[in-house]
Amino acid sequence: MRRFAHFWYDFVIGDDWRIAVGVVTGLALTAFVARQGWPAWWLLPLLVVCVLAGSIAVEVRAGTQDLQSEPEHHH
Amino acid sequence: MSGVVLVLAVFLACCVEAVEALTVVLAVGLTRGWRSALLGAGAAALSLAAIAAALGPSLLLIPLDALRLVVGGLLLTFGLQWLRKAILRASGHKSRHDEEAVFAAEVAHARQASASGQAVDWYSFTLAFKAVLLEGLEVVFIVVSFGSNQGSLLLAAAGALAAVLVVAGAGVLVRHPLSRVPENTLKFAVGVMLTAFGTFWGTEGAGGSWPGHDAALLAVVPAVAAFSVALAFVAARLPGGRSGRQPMVELTP
Repeated sequence: MRRFAHFWYDFVIGDDWRIAVGVVTGLALTAFVARQGWPAWWLLPLLVVCVLAGSIAVEVRAGTQDLQSEPEHHH
Repeated sequence: MSGVVLVLAVFLACCVEAVEALTVVLAVGLTRGWRSALLGAGAAALSLAAIAAALGPSLLLIPLDALRLVVGGLLLTFGLQWLRKAILRASGHKSRHDEEAVFAAEVAHARQASASGQAVDWYSFTLAFKAVLLEGLEVVFIVVSFGSNQGSLLLAAAGALAAVLVVAGAGVLVRHPLSRVPENTLKFAVGVMLTAFGTFWGTEGAGGSWPGHDAALLAVVPAVAAFSVALAFVAARLPGGRSGRQPMVELTP
């Protein structure tokens, strides 16, 4: 059961859960704005820009911190 | 609408849908192997035939927007994950050695699965299945709505069949040139395609409508590509990145 749940988590959510949360939020916002009768096509492209840039920034910052915390090896 | 105009209208409309499905199948097949991608596309075609045979004209009652919402949302999630990894690799923030180790593990796993008769890559299968099923349903909708309005389902079906055959033939022709593109460049392009299609379908499924309808894809795909390349360029210049010493996109395999 745990392996099954892990497979689906890996399959749908992947490495960064913020992406899946962002997509669901973006779709909900798009549905809400469209229901008010306002143009909603620009919302998901804006979400792509924010989510992708945010996810890359988090990964780059984490990588930089890892590099700084690693002891230097002199041979 | 005369018979010729009916066939031409259905042909053109179905070409657009078939190209959208082909793009996803080609992307998945080139990056993760053809077997599972083609199995997924074939299973979708069979499911589509079964649905069409069982429901007939009542197919028009299927909530296409709900399907677009689910497929669009999943494609967007997958596409953003692919793009994220491809940008991190291209900018030097993700080691290619890690990727090689993962690839070696995947090959070993695939061999093991093959030995036990389970060589299907479910990720590829599902992506190809969803894309072909969604676009196939749209093709069926076009045939049923155009055909029943004009009183000739047969002519409309002929137009749709011609479109699917022409687009599938084009796919077979471009498969070999595309297979020579380096792996990370290809994964970058696949991420762009999945993200663009996911954005397009997700918006439509959530009730939004694009300016220019399907033609909006001609702007969405290059916009996603340009933003991703710019992001890789900026990330490469951040601490720990490639710093512009090496090319971000390989030109030779």
